[in-house]
Amino acid sequence: MSAVIDLSLDERRAWAAAAAVLDPEVPAVSVEDLGILRSVDLIDGVAVAKVTPTYSGCPAVLAIELAIETALRDAGFEARIERVISPPWTTDWITPEGREKLRAYGIAPPVKGTGKGSLFSDPVVACPQCGSEDTERVSEFGSTACKALWRCRSCAEPFDYFKCI
Amino acid sequence: MNHRDALLTGLLRVADDHLILGHRVSEWCGHAPMLEEDLALPNIALDLLGQARALYTYAGEVEGQGRTEDDLAYLRREREYRNLLLVERPNGDFAHTMLKQLYFSSFMHLWWEAACASDDATVAGIAAKAVKESAYHMRHSAEWVIRLGDGTEESAARMAQAVEDLAPYVDEMFAPDDVSSTLAPQTLPDNPALRASWDAQIAAVFSEATIEPHVPRASISGGRDGRHGEEMGFLLTELQYMQRSYPGAQW
Repeated sequence: MSAVIDLSLDERRAWAAAAAVLDPEVPAVSVEDLGILRSVDLIDGVAVAKVTPTYSGCPAVLAIELAIETALRDAGFEARIERVISPPWTTDWITPEGREKLRAYGIAPPVKGTGKGSLFSDPVVACPQCGSEDTERVSEFGSTACKALWRCRSCAEPFDYFKCI
Repeated sequence: MNHRDALLTGLLRVADDHLILGHRVSEWCGHAPMLEEDLALPNIALDLLGQARALYTYAGEVEGQGRTEDDLAYLRREREYRNLLLVERPNGDFAHTMLKQLYFSSFMHLWWEAACASDDATVAGIAAKAVKESAYHMRHSAEWVIRLGDGTEESAARMAQAVEDLAPYVDEMFAPDDVSSTLAPQTLPDNPALRASWDAQIAAVFSEATIEPHVPRASISGGRDGRHGEEMGFLLTELQYMQRSYPGAQW
């Protein structure tokens, strides 16, 4: 009985170590906030972290995987990363806390469920500075693979919008 | 063609399309007509390379010979690449590039949409993400085709020239082949079946852009069999330079 409890404690400890890793490009949110850390299991003494890649073209994916592996080793585990493609990550997997952290960091969180996209329409995006919905898209593609550049017509501030996929 | 060979060929074709087009789009980095486009085009190139990586990795697994994504991307000969001739065409001017992007992203958006229903979980997983990314590419290029086609006399003339220049490369996207006949539509999409939707999408954009549709012309093909235009060798020389000069080099 005690062995089982120890094991789950270790798994929880491994999860906590991996989950605290921050996104290198948006250090306001962790891999847990983003919903890309799927699971951490202890298999034959090895902490196996399952990670889902975000945007196909995101160059941070490798850095994130390496950071999770390092965090697990620092916590005393032998570690292995498994990349999981299916089911694919979507921005709907970002946790409510993650969305709030993005907003506080100055990045408008993705509008839920609009990832499919259409030829001629924009989502309604609220300005992360003043909350106004009177905003406009400046460029569909911003400073990283995950961001678009928007501007608020009310407070005149430009801001990043976390692209919906 | 058996299932495994057809899947391998089908994956490599689409992976090559994305690698080669990604390389072409990356050539705009630092040369785009405005700052937002200088951000947008490398972003799109990165998406295309990311999609290529996922496809090459899976192709390597299907092949089962231990070849990695890098082996497949960098260490094949020109005749082994199976990309469409459309994607290897030189960039030309911005109108030419945007029309090429519209043609390809509209095609791929339909292709990924169909691939989401694949009975192969990896194909469906790659497709479910890529379909959303291709929607961004499609919208970006459609907006530019409309802006330029319905713009100044100069921009409209350049767009009309692009329509003329790229006309021979459209049919190859939808050509029936042994991969489609073996795997479509359960595992990979049926390319010929995507034609009607593609035509309708392009016609809608052209109408908004006040562009005359292209007059049907003799088409040029061969890319799917590894027969490429003369520009392809120059492209590969640059693309493969590091791995050919320093085999096994890693970042």
